[in-house]
Amino acid sequence: MVAQKITIEPVTRIEGHAKVTIRLNEAGKVDHAYFHVNEFRGFEKFCEGRMVFEMPLITPRICGICPVSHHLASAKAGDDALGAPPPRPAALLRELMHMGQIVQSHGMHFFELAGPDLLLGFDADPAIRNAVGLLQANPELTVKAVNLRKWGQEIIRILGGRRVHPSFAVPGGVNKALTKEERDLILSGYDEVIATIKTGIAIMNDWANRNIEDINKFAVLESGYFGLVKPGNTLELYDGDIRLIDSTGIELEKFDPRNYLDYIAEHVEDWSYLKFPYYKKMGYPQGVYRVGPLGRLNASDQISTPMANEELKKFKLINGEKPVGNTLHYHTARLIETLYAAENVKALLDDPDILSKEILNTCRNPKPQGVGVIEAPRGTLIHHYWVKDNGQIEKVNLIVSTGHNNWAMSESVDSVAKTYITGPEITEGILNRVEAAIRAHDPCLSCSTHAVGQMPIIVEIRDSEEQLIRTLRRD
Amino acid sequence: MAKPKVSTDWMAGCAGCHMSLLDMDERIAKIAELVDLRSTPITDLKVPDESGVDVGVLEGGINNTSNEEVAHRMRSRCKILVALGDCAVFGGVPAMRNFFTIEESLRRAYIESESTDASGKIPSDPELCKPTRVRALHEVVPVDVFVPGCPPSADTIFYVLSELAQGRIPDVKDDKLSWY
Ligand code: SF4
Repeated sequence: MVAQKITIEPVTRIEGHAKVTIRLNEAGKVDHAYFHVNEFRGFEKFCEGRMVFEMPLITPRICGICPVSHHLASAKAGDDALGAPPPRPAALLRELMHMGQIVQSHGMHFFELAGPDLLLGFDADPAIRNAVGLLQANPELTVKAVNLRKWGQEIIRILGGRRVHPSFAVPGGVNKALTKEERDLILSGYDEVIATIKTGIAIMNDWANRNIEDINKFAVLESGYFGLVKPGNTLELYDGDIRLIDSTGIELEKFDPRNYLDYIAEHVEDWSYLKFPYYKKMGYPQGVYRVGPLGRLNASDQISTPMANEELKKFKLINGEKPVGNTLHYHTARLIETLYAAENVKALLDDPDILSKEILNTCRNPKPQGVGVIEAPRGTLIHHYWVKDNGQIEKVNLIVSTGHNNWAMSESVDSVAKTYITGPEITEGILNRVEAAIRAHDPCLSCSTHAVGQMPIIVEIRDSEEQLIRTLRRD
Repeated sequence: MAKPKVSTDWMAGCAGCHMSLLDMDERIAKIAELVDLRSTPITDLKVPDESGVDVGVLEGGINNTSNEEVAHRMRSRCKILVALGDCAVFGGVPAMRNFFTIEESLRRAYIESESTDASGKIPSDPELCKPTRVRALHEVVPVDVFVPGCPPSADTIFYVLSELAQGRIPDVKDDKLSWY
């Protein structure tokens, strides 16, 4: 038998253009599977020369699914560069907008994207294994999921004027205070949202109990874990220190995000437009780590809101207080964070400062550079700007959330391919598992991540001479 | 009468236009009643039917060889092509890249950036597409309906799709041009 290459393109329900190639050796065993990120836009270059205060409006166009992350990280880099820390009410309002985004992004990923795989099954008929199938199977749940996303999106709109690409955060603060009526409007949806998230957690826990075998052989990886924390290693999404632990839970570093260049570097592979960040002191690939919900919950010891903290305690028991390495538990972690974000919305709205009009620091004490870091839904997002005296951007360095997980996604694809492909006989269910390995990380590479459905996938099997042997198609 | 078939896809954009489409919330069900949603992010198919669709909707400009293929495939398979959002209409924010050479942009990202280590090089594996100048959709294929906005509002997208579903060419003007 000759060596073969399997191409999966497009990889579906992920944000962006990516493809997978799987190289099979003469014995029909997987040699290696690659996850190629297939787009390049060049924001780091073309922002040069723009004014620093324009950046919170330009950089959200990197991603329309979590534009608020770029909006806020960019404003924070501006705060830092202009020496204008925002007054407390402004920081609370920014965090409130961020929580709205976490709820809409996480909620939608679980119910509309992962939901079909979990509720209908990895091996279910692909014709019904999608959100429409879910709607037919459980219309009540699907309506709740639409309302969950809507609640998060409406928080963003109320503060920033629109749901996608809001204009709200500016260096030094925000441009609009919250009114009492607006606060009450958000609060009126709270109980329903909590109930929906709890339903999601129950669905996930039930699924995990029944599919323990899949969970324990599906891309269980050893890596470090990385995320922002507040004192006491409390989970934090808006502002804090970065904590990095190793695969056994030992703390490797805790540092001010402004110093990120001392701790992390990025490796480039010829076969992907996405770089591979790693912990500098350990080198690549020994120093790889994971971010996003799994990375953050592993790197945290507690959560500041009561209901989410109870769920975190159960999460910590999954692997006997050691970090959870099972890729499928990204879903569990994502739901716990959704609960935290919703509870935190209420905590923020109950803060007396939230209605304050003290929302902008107009003092200026400029520095030649500024760093802004935030936990986007998918992980730690870093904006670093070098600014000239006149306020023009001289240079930009960005490390985006999904980038930190590039190694993990590549490794998951390889691991799942090796676990489930034992020869050239490739079933549709295997294809869906290879996709699910990427999907669990909820990468932000294109809008298809947030597609409500299953799209066709074409797998071509070629021999080492690139001659087509067989085409499998799933519509 | 058979319902009109609609396909959508995305190219060099940010997914925000598709998010705005989803921001129709419960009205999506109405659109799904009026049209036969084929390859879109909210149905099962990715590639427009070989036998053709009535309406094709594209988000994003064209900034690489893979986008070119998507644009040509959609144009050849649809009767009416809609450019959705500023990126598709005139290139949008990603077209700011045209002020620099592609080589300069690639070098900044993969070689010069402060966090990139000594492995820095411009990815060039044959599995990857090649970046090009950023162009609006109409610079590559003829477009029938332009819907500006970054992103266009959910109301405007609802109007455009429901007009097309009922066999009318939408008149995108006045408040339909307002996206703030
Ligand atoms: S027009 Fe705006 S919202 Fe739409 S894809 Fe382009 S940047 Fe994103």
